[in-house]
Amino acid sequence: MTSWQNNRAVRDARIAAGAGLARGKVVEAHDVTRLLEAVIRPGDRVCLEGDNQKQADLLSRALLAVDLSKVNDLHMVQSGVVLPEHLDLFDRGVAKRLDYAYSGPQSARIARMLFGGKIELGAVHTYLELFARYFIDLTPHVALIAAVSADREGNLYTGPNTEDTPTVVEATAFKDGVVIAQVNEIVETVPRVDIPADRVHFIVKADKPFFVEPLFTRDPAAITEGQILTAMLAIKGVYAPYGVQRLNHGIGFSTAAIELLLPTFGERLGLKGRIATHFALNPHPALIPAIESGWVRQIHSFGSEVGMDDYIRARSDVYFTGPDGSLRSNRALCQTAGLYACDMFIGSTLQIDLQGNSSTVTTSRIAGFGGAPNMGADARGRRHPSESWLKAGAEADPDSPAPLRRGRKLVVQIGETFGDRNVPLFVEKLDAIELAEKLNLELAPVMIYGDDVTHIVTEEGVANLLLCRTAQEREQAIRGVAGYTDVGRRRDRNMVAHLRERGVIRRAEDLGINPLDADRSLLAARSIKDLVRWSGGLYAPPSKFRNW
Amino acid sequence: MEDLSFQHRVRGRAGGTRQNAIVGVVASGNLEVLVERVLPDAECVVDIRTAAMGFGEIWSAVIGDFVERYSPGGLKFSINDGGARPDTVSLRLAQAVRSIAENGQ
Repeated sequence: MTSWQNNRAVRDARIAAGAGLARGKVVEAHDVTRLLEAVIRPGDRVCLEGDNQKQADLLSRALLAVDLSKVNDLHMVQSGVVLPEHLDLFDRGVAKRLDYAYSGPQSARIARMLFGGKIELGAVHTYLELFARYFIDLTPHVALIAAVSADREGNLYTGPNTEDTPTVVEATAFKDGVVIAQVNEIVETVPRVDIPADRVHFIVKADKPFFVEPLFTRDPAAITEGQILTAMLAIKGVYAPYGVQRLNHGIGFSTAAIELLLPTFGERLGLKGRIATHFALNPHPALIPAIESGWVRQIHSFGSEVGMDDYIRARSDVYFTGPDGSLRSNRALCQTAGLYACDMFIGSTLQIDLQGNSSTVTTSRIAGFGGAPNMGADARGRRHPSESWLKAGAEADPDSPAPLRRGRKLVVQIGETFGDRNVPLFVEKLDAIELAEKLNLELAPVMIYGDDVTHIVTEEGVANLLLCRTAQEREQAIRGVAGYTDVGRRRDRNMVAHLRERGVIRRAEDLGINPLDADRSLLAARSIKDLVRWSGGLYAPPSKFRNW
Repeated sequence: MEDLSFQHRVRGRAGGTRQNAIVGVVASGNLEVLVERVLPDAECVVDIRTAAMGFGEIWSAVIGDFVERYSPGGLKFSINDGGARPDTVSLRLAQAVRSIAENGQ
């Protein structure tokens, strides 16, 4: 007789093998490695919850310590490769294959290991793409997740940093997988149920709270006049003419400058209520002055941010919160919101080429993609109109009849022409292409494809690529805002002047901005302490950002 | 350290009566500009001492555009550079012209 429930039987056998180490669902921290040896089988697909911020650090240390004769050659499917232990797994032979999305802090080491053949790479994904594959061909056999607290039944409270957990658990628990959660504490009753108990098979109380990385805090004290000028150009040259209300911001200093200019420069331009009202965004501390000034109506978040918990609780009109009052984030849904319900993505990158392709890969660092390619892509499945989307669509394709013309999402790359240590932002050829050649990848790791980019904003001006009609115009529009980089100095001056007459390139003076007005006094907050003041003392910055 | 010097013929004299001004600070990624009204009206000199080697061509382009745009006749600029980006240099030079264009001492 054919059996159609093999996987269920295997899952039950795994749980039975682990049950000997548990009291109910609770396993002691010192028994976790033995639990993993009992539950995980060689070659399994394992999601070791490494999110953008929250890390199942106890479980990753326990997995690293397994007996290699029992557990080996795992296929890791996790969004974030963030902790050193995540890569130690490959050095030790516990794991062999990797499919992931983001590797910020480990970008240099992961590049070395890929070159050295220590890791068999599936693909580097965008978050939403990896989550999608959890349900098609990368479904985990075992998920090792992190939560704030659990009750004895296994109901989990994931707290403000819910992030990827609901998605990981959905894919694992409903396809005959085993879910093991590390929690900071075991309580009588959880503050709210983020993950119901029947999807959780084992819980472990960690000796210390799971690690969370403060990724979204930018100290206003470090914002330069160049970044302020660039932010002024973006507000007056892009936000205002398109009336962009629904958007996502990247995490760089340029977008932090925009957030801090809304209540000052933006207010003077009379833009309050007309732009930047609804966000798909982590709780950026730099947005506090704009929120307090009544600019922002609603924010949905991928994750949380260290120090923002009390502020978020007190501003539930703006943020999504649970019945317990704390933030409920959800990366998969927020990514979907960014893709379909936002009219603009604006963010920074490390390299932009002559077609507008951009990448954060350099030959020695592979930072992965995270969410940017998804945020920074036109959603071909979008069907609802908005002022901004229709205007951008009309600029790109003025000749089609309006009822049949697709709108366009604004995908804006913002940055200074020279980045850290005077490395040029603009290049003739992306390092990503060289990397793809070296690693024999079929696809170069391009963060945002040129055909999705609508605007490039630098301190030299705004280039509107929607208005370019030929590849040559596009190239010159990009060179025309590339400043004194080699790419910028090789511009065709006549063609750039012509593009400026057509409004394809707009300089500060074309927008009525005096570069000498780009002064730090324009920032609504000039320090972390100013942000604390704006928040009425509710924002509690982590110690590394305190200097008082 | 590298020393560079650029001399330009200029369309006209810089405005204002102030004799000198200082803007910016010497710090990593920043620069200090001392500007003095000591040259004939049709001349401009920019002396640079920079911590970053090998950027002569970029300096030349930045200074050329600056002189073209602001016509800073009669002014001598002395730059102490801590490896500032070109856009920061342009901004500081513009600030220096604005400062010395004020009236007074």
